[in-house]
Formats: sequence, C-alpha cells, structure tokens
Amino acid sequence: MDHPPTLTRDLIGRESEVVVFEVERGAIRKFTDAVQDQTPACVRGDVAPPTFPTTFRMTIPGLTFDLARVLHGAQEYRYERPLRAGDRVSCRVRVADVYQRKGRLGEMTFLILTMEGTDESGSPVFSGTTTAILR
Amino acid sequence: MIGPELAERPDLDSGSVLPDLRKPPITKLQLVKYAGASGDYNLIHTDDETARTVGLEGVIAHGMLSMAFLGEYLCWLAGPESVRRLSVRFNEMVRPGDTLTCRGRVKERTTGSAGSRLQLEVWAENQRAERVTFGEAEVELA
Repeated sequence: MDHPPTLTRDLIGRESEVVVFEVERGAIRKFTDAVQDQTPACVRGDVAPPTFPTTFRMTIPGLTFDLARVLHGAQEYRYERPLRAGDRVSCRVRVADVYQRKGRLGEMTFLILTMEGTDESGSPVFSGTTTAILR
Repeated sequence: MIGPELAERPDLDSGSVLPDLRKPPITKLQLVKYAGASGDYNLIHTDDETARTVGLEGVIAHGMLSMAFLGEYLCWLAGPESVRRLSVRFNEMVRPGDTLTCRGRVKERTTGSAGSRLQLEVWAENQRAERVTFGEAEVELA
C-alpha cells in the first residue's frame, strides 16, 4: 500500500542551526566500547572512531518523519583528520535533495542530508552524506 | 601514521586482498550500548515489541554499527590518522547473534602531491557470507 509522501522538494536547501559539539573523552570511550573497537587510541579516548560524527545530532526546521518508516540506505564520511578529545566542532546539516522513486516496496521517498564539521580555526574536519529512505 | 597491517604490506596494489577482521557476535546488550553511545534511540534496535509492530521478527542492529565495524577495520589496517573516506550502503539487516567479518581489497593505489593513497573496496559480511554493508574507502599511506 502506498503512503502519501510526507516530504516534498521545497525542503531542499533547508539547514539546521550551526551547533558546536565538544568531543569528550568519555563519549569517545563509551562509543568505542559499544562498538568493541580495539583501536588503541580510541580505547584510550584520545581519538574518535571514524563514524563518531553520527553522535552529532541536529534538527532541521520543518523536517519531521515517522522513525518507524525510515531506512538508512547509505552513509558516507570524508575526513581531513580524525576528531580528537577536546575538539570543538561546529556542525551544520542541510537537506541536499528529496526525490520519490518506485521501488520493490512501492513509492519511496529518498532524503539526502549533508553535514559539515569545522574546527575552531574554521578548517574543515569532516563531511558526511546520509541517504535515508522513507517508505 | 600507518597501522601495523598495512605497514607490513608495502607490496599492496590493485587487486590485493586485505586481511580479515572478525568481530564478536552482536548482542542485544551491544545494541542498547550503541543506542546510548550514538544517540540513535529508534526502538526497533532495542525493543522487540516495537520491532514487531513494523513487521520485523525482532530487533535489528543499527546500520551504523556495521559501518562502525568498517571504520575500525580501516583504523586497524591504516591507523586512525590515515582514514580519509568511508562510504557504504546498508544492504541487509543484521540481527543479534549475527557475526560480522570485515573484509576488503585494494581497488587502486594512487600517488599525488599529498602522498600515496589506497582506494579500497570494503564490506562486512555475516556468517552466511552475505555482504550486509559494503562500500568504498580511502586511506593515506604516507
């Protein structure tokens, strides 16, 4: 059964506020422990594991959907350097694209979000692209 | 900084098969810990009842957990300072009790002004040899 699409293309370009996240040693260690990541620098809490930016959660005004209907289709991260304990990263997430496509589960909405993180000197640290699929 | 695995393999070039990293079986406790550590509180990952209401047999792992395994794989191969890109698709669901193994191969070795880089094909496969999460990565060699 097709659901009416809840997201429309007028969301493209909408952005979150810039949010400053402090990379805490304890948060790195907790994340590393959950993943059972054995990387020594991560176990010590000095360096964040590559997917740590997923902990930086932000909201975009006007963008809401039912969590139970969302599939995480794909994810990309690019890094200038790893995040380290004590980093203060300014992040912003943006709706890069919204489109509908017919799939095996019927009409699906694809939502592409991009995220960027810069350090206190304004240098880029990482960027991310999320593909979420709403059925 | 080069991790021990690649540091001992100066011969790596396109087609080279990378060593495996086998992870312990996924447990429900791990999913609860990952939910807390990552901030992804979608209950389909931690509550069987919620998972059943959306047509699943029970909880499924966060896709990002399998991506985190691949992140660890890159750190193990090349060292955490050398990871430049990781891009994956989430292809199959992962359930508690599944055991994932990270595998990879070298697609290309490139040398530019920034030094040598390896373009890798990486994936996490389950105990049935299904590629649950797969994609590409780039690590710096020098």
